[in-house]
Amino acid sequence: MRLLITGISSNLGRLVAKVALEQRHTVIGIDRRPWPDAPKAIEMHAVDLTKRAAEDVFRTRRPDAVVHLATVTHFSPDAEERYRINLGGTRIVFEYAERYEVQSCVFVGRHTFYGAAPDAPLYHKETDPPLAVATFPELADLVAADLFAASALWRTPKLKTVILRICYMLGSSRKGTLASFLEGRRVPMVFGFDPLFQVMHEEDGARAIVLAASASTGGDLKGVFNVAGPLPLPLSSVVKLAGRTALPLPEAALPLVFGRFGLPRLPAQSIEHLKHPVVVDDAAFRAATGFRHTWDETETLTAFRYA
Amino acid sequence: MSLLIDDDVAARVARLEIPFSAQGYDKYGTSKRHLEVFFTIVKRLYRSYFRVEALGIEHVPPRGRAMIVGNHSGGYAIDGLLTVGATFLELEPPRLCQGMAEKFLSALPVSSSWTAKLGHLTGLPEHAQQLLNDDRLLMVFPEGARGTAKLYKERWSLVRFGTGFVRLALQTKSPIIPMAFIGGGDVLPTVMNLEKLGRLFGVPYIPLTAYGLPLPLPRPCSVHFGSPMVFSGTGREDDETIEKMVDEVRNEVRALLDGGRKRHEKRVRPLFFLGGQ
Repeated sequence: MRLLITGISSNLGRLVAKVALEQRHTVIGIDRRPWPDAPKAIEMHAVDLTKRAAEDVFRTRRPDAVVHLATVTHFSPDAEERYRINLGGTRIVFEYAERYEVQSCVFVGRHTFYGAAPDAPLYHKETDPPLAVATFPELADLVAADLFAASALWRTPKLKTVILRICYMLGSSRKGTLASFLEGRRVPMVFGFDPLFQVMHEEDGARAIVLAASASTGGDLKGVFNVAGPLPLPLSSVVKLAGRTALPLPEAALPLVFGRFGLPRLPAQSIEHLKHPVVVDDAAFRAATGFRHTWDETETLTAFRYA
Repeated sequence: MSLLIDDDVAARVARLEIPFSAQGYDKYGTSKRHLEVFFTIVKRLYRSYFRVEALGIEHVPPRGRAMIVGNHSGGYAIDGLLTVGATFLELEPPRLCQGMAEKFLSALPVSSSWTAKLGHLTGLPEHAQQLLNDDRLLMVFPEGARGTAKLYKERWSLVRFGTGFVRLALQTKSPIIPMAFIGGGDVLPTVMNLEKLGRLFGVPYIPLTAYGLPLPLPRPCSVHFGSPMVFSGTGREDDETIEKMVDEVRNEVRALLDGGRKRHEKRVRPLFFLGGQ
């Protein structure tokens, strides 16, 4: 399959590209950021997705499948920029995919879509509503992008659309949302709370994404799917296995110490995610694709710890 | 830590038929280590402090999904604590009875972490369904918070049962084990519930006992399990049909309460200064 990856220079983009190459797919990448040591087999296009040059890539290269990774997940203070990239970029990708008759489009979203709250259930199904909009407004642009992408299922039925809501990924790259949170020697926790965290190895995550693109292009896969790896662990165990020291602090003190004393910089609303679990049920994805994770929770965290 | 753990309890935790990961957690975050510490404490309370008798424990199936449905007795979760103790300490092999925690417990520090690690998930229909579909033993108190708010003089009464548990049993094809918990009212003789004070602490109320503090007295309790009740249906029946099934379960719990009353009153004298009978 001719696979176009948007946001290919991101850590996940590079991993997805490598897996796709290993599986002998043709890989085309779009990213305005460079990837200096990209494998030669990858056709790189250093363009901004929201600019006209990106449309030329779709028109001239005619991919069979698109994996859309060009979203910002870190908390940029510039909300307008986040909306431009996350929602605007997603709209453009689906527009081009339809216009240039791409067979399938995989949107890679996050499991945090479901939000964390004391009365939210464990093991969210794909049909659960996006509570994150209420509990963590900074995630609203990602939730909007996810819902917009999912609307392609009825707007453009010829395009096989797959929405993946992937749990936290971690690995030897030490990059990503959870890796940033675990970066320092001490990791803040909310005193008296120890929520379950669902973590999968980044290579398993990349394999799941390529599998979704293949199963969609070569088969009938479409729809919304949660993706996860091994059993979830309490945050205290994640911290311990990552070789860090948990620092339980009263909830009221956390906004005052975020970004100081070597602790991660996080918005105050993220505290809900340190109190309550966001755990997804990935049975539908496993049943539809036969996906199996290869790294267990200990191996995943050990890979991160000793990278 | 190991000094805090009873060897017999550790052996029983090891025999729980729950799939724990290498890290000692199941898929819901139940922690083997926390169960060991918890049941070490519960065992002492169960055997020595409350001298619990478990009658009809053979009605609880050794494995497979089932729902223990009982009355509330006592101003807070002593009934649940000792029922969990009964299935863990008396059954062979031991079973972990998992309750549905009141939502406020998940919002409070410490209780949030401990309830989850002991296998008691927030009281949501989704959680109850997941546990039963995983062939777990679920504990349900259909009287809800109205039941724990019973005063000493109301300790033999039952308040209205919710209906959701019957729909759940029908949907998941789970047998219902009726249960009567007796003695909670004597252990914690509530004369009044302080709702405004409770709200300050994020809980529905704080029970005021005859002696002021909400601390349980060392008095005997008993747990009476009845024969499994199996209903047929889909869970989508009309309210009238479901309410009939709820009444059947409520009547069984009532019968178990009445049946155990004489035996209990031989073990525990009513607190005359509260006008109890």
